[in-house]
Amino acid sequence: MVPPALSVTGLRKAYDSVHALRGVDLEIGSGELFGLLGPNGAGKSTLVKVACGLVRPSAGTVEVCGSPAGSPAAQAALGYLAELFRFPDWCTADELLGLHQEISGSAGGAAERGELLDLVELGHVPDRRVGAMSKGMQQRLGLAQALIGAPRLLLLDEPTSALDPAGRHTVRALLEGLRERGVSVLLNSHLLSEVELVCDRVAIINGGEVVAAGTPQELSHPGGVEVETASGWRTFAAGTREDAPRIVRELVEAGEDVFGVRVLTSTLEDAYLEAVGRAPAREPDAEPAA
Amino acid sequence: MSAPAAVSPPGELRSALIVARFSLRESLRRKVFVVIGLLTILFLALYGLATWQAFEAADDFTGPAEAGVEPDVVVGATLAGLAMFAILFLGTILAVFLTLGAVRGDAERGLVQPLLVRPLARRTLLLGRWLGATAVCAPYVMAVALGAFALTAALGGWWPDRTLAPLLALALGVAIVAALSLAGSIALASTANGIAVFMLFGAGLTAGLLGQIAEAIGSDSLDDVARVTTWALPFEALYQAGLSDLTADTVGFTRLAINLGPFGGAEAGGAGLWLWSLAYLVVVGAIAVAAFGRRDL
Repeated sequence: MVPPALSVTGLRKAYDSVHALRGVDLEIGSGELFGLLGPNGAGKSTLVKVACGLVRPSAGTVEVCGSPAGSPAAQAALGYLAELFRFPDWCTADELLGLHQEISGSAGGAAERGELLDLVELGHVPDRRVGAMSKGMQQRLGLAQALIGAPRLLLLDEPTSALDPAGRHTVRALLEGLRERGVSVLLNSHLLSEVELVCDRVAIINGGEVVAAGTPQELSHPGGVEVETASGWRTFAAGTREDAPRIVRELVEAGEDVFGVRVLTSTLEDAYLEAVGRAPAREPDAEPAA
Repeated sequence: MSAPAAVSPPGELRSALIVARFSLRESLRRKVFVVIGLLTILFLALYGLATWQAFEAADDFTGPAEAGVEPDVVVGATLAGLAMFAILFLGTILAVFLTLGAVRGDAERGLVQPLLVRPLARRTLLLGRWLGATAVCAPYVMAVALGAFALTAALGGWWPDRTLAPLLALALGVAIVAALSLAGSIALASTANGIAVFMLFGAGLTAGLLGQIAEAIGSDSLDDVARVTTWALPFEALYQAGLSDLTADTVGFTRLAINLGPFGGAEAGGAGLWLWSLAYLVVVGAIAVAAFGRRDL
């Protein structure tokens, strides 16, 4: 049986009296794109760093492709792009990738470096120094670096924070390509729309605990029915798609003219805000389903 | 994307050499060697000028020769001792600046993390950084000291009684300073670490001076304090041993005259010092590895 790409069980981490993680359990399967959401300070980066072996857990276990986090076998199986990273500004893109190839023991050589630079649209600047690159270019170079050695698990902490919309589109396409190749990805991002677009499953973490998890569809839920009448839009907060014909019929029978109907579904953002205790504001004139 | 390339992580020694080579390349690219080279030429030029002047003065100085003192030997040994002091200081500056932010400083800047998520053990990273720094500092101090000896010989006709031992003492001394600085970089921020290592260096020099004072006034207790401190900071004991080797075969009144000078009275270390220095390196390395292993990044 193939072990999960990432298995986290009862993970706790305390920095002195501050509890960053309070017993996290999650599992990422092979080829799965997993989104990790949560407010600042929720423990997302700590979780990723424990998986990378950069931070020691206080309790619990973390395994990467069946090997304990931090072990050479686990390190060989993963690629990582930190939220706050820097590469030596004196070396070129090609030299940086070469260093990571040597350390990871990748036999890909110049072909692998060239292919990865092309993939992140830096193929035209292999000899440019890191210090002469924009922040967005450095972030794309970071992605290429994380892909050295064809990792089975990619841990990406805010990988698109410095990218423009075109750059984000490139990264989304890249992630989808990785999924097709069976590479698992843990995507830690504040960009909910991005996570909703690409991730198979999502976990929302708050105060060091997973407070919601599931597919983006599972986390979303019906948000009511809005009907446009002569007096304006009326919201039936508890209404579902199935309730819409009945609501319209009852309004017409009551003598109302109906000009339009909208079935509302909450977005991942709504689910997120609800899960972290900041529920989205409701329409003040919302009515119960008729 | 094409099929993944084969991956076979290198062994620890090879990984350490990869890190060391990368550190050396950084020194090269940042023009560290150009700056060092130019300033070293300046240093040797000044040393050469002083040496020429000192031997000129010694040629006019005839009095003590009647008492068996060889002025050229006294001048040569004193100048070479001065050169060793300056070279140890320059080597220390190099060692400290190449390592003072190697762990905590680089971790705070996000430079270390991308490397350590590779199959690269923390101890290997430390070993690589130490090898990289030592590969710059140790040859540097040996080459400059050899240059100073050569100038002394060319301008005054004096050559040290031992050549290799003082050079190796300087090399091992700066290797120890690099190890201390690297170990300090795990717990201390760059500035604090630099200050701490230079204060240790100053403490070592002070211990050496205390030893000379102790000998002059015949104080056993002060001598014990100096000896313990010097061995606790063996770069100083190595420097003293190197100084001693410069005139190891010099005897009589010339020896006495050298001992009265600012670099006289240095203690020979013997084989025990070399063994202790190597053991010291291992202990500092072990403490650094243990501390780094416990550090969250």
